[in-house]
Amino acid sequence: MSEQIKKFMYINRRAPYGTIYAWESLEVVLIGAAFDQDVSLAFMDDGVFQLVKGQDTADVEMKNFSPTYKALGDYDVTKLYVEKESLEERGLTLEDLMPLTYEDEDDDWAEKDSIRLVSRAEMADIMDEQDVFFSF
Amino acid sequence: MKFAIQVNEGPYQHQAADSAYQFTKAALEAGHEIMRIFFYHDGVNNGTNLTTPPQDDRNIVNRWSELGKQYDLDMVVCVAAAQRRGIVDEGEMQRNGKDAQNIADGFRISGLGQLIEAGIQSERLVVFGD
Repeated sequence: MSEQIKKFMYINRRAPYGTIYAWESLEVVLIGAAFDQDVSLAFMDDGVFQLVKGQDTADVEMKNFSPTYKALGDYDVTKLYVEKESLEERGLTLEDLMPLTYEDEDDDWAEKDSIRLVSRAEMADIMDEQDVFFSF
Repeated sequence: MKFAIQVNEGPYQHQAADSAYQFTKAALEAGHEIMRIFFYHDGVNNGTNLTTPPQDDRNIVNRWSELGKQYDLDMVVCVAAAQRRGIVDEGEMQRNGKDAQNIADGFRISGLGQLIEAGIQSERLVVFGD
């Protein structure tokens, strides 16, 4: 569809509910997956709450869109960088997040974790390698 | 430089709408290219012609329309975000059975693919938001 491949990073800094940014960001990711770019997602600050497991929005009458993150692997969106310090600052650990996986076609379709825990310094290095940022 | 602009916030509520306009205008006056301006989230409200601000204030919507006309800008309102927030053109009016349309001059409604394409084709995507 496109003549060149760029490194796209979607930066998620906000909680999943309260504002619509997280949900509409995910919509961009899903549409963007059709463009065959090199896609990464970054979760930092309150954005780490987007990946917390067991989300239940029934009482606030909002759509619980968290199951959509589990579909990202099928869209070849397989690099979800979660900032370690942001988790710790909020009393969260990796065990509090949804298990998100993808099947690696280069490794006999082995199931692998999409979530990659990185330090703030490592996140800075990863960002340094990107071409385009979508900031939400 | 070939720029693309993303506007994530609505007019008057947030200065991002003003900053995006001012950046776009300054870039054009400096001879740069703005290949597309994409309005997302509440940014779609930059494209409604029903806006009626007080006369002693800037008219953000008209300002976009005038700049768009002057430089033949591609000003795209995201369809999914627009449907949620009631920004409607002729096609959307008919498709969704509405009895009015309100898209401002120079704006068009299209899909998120236009944003991704802008990210690919521009040299810099500049995002204005909170």
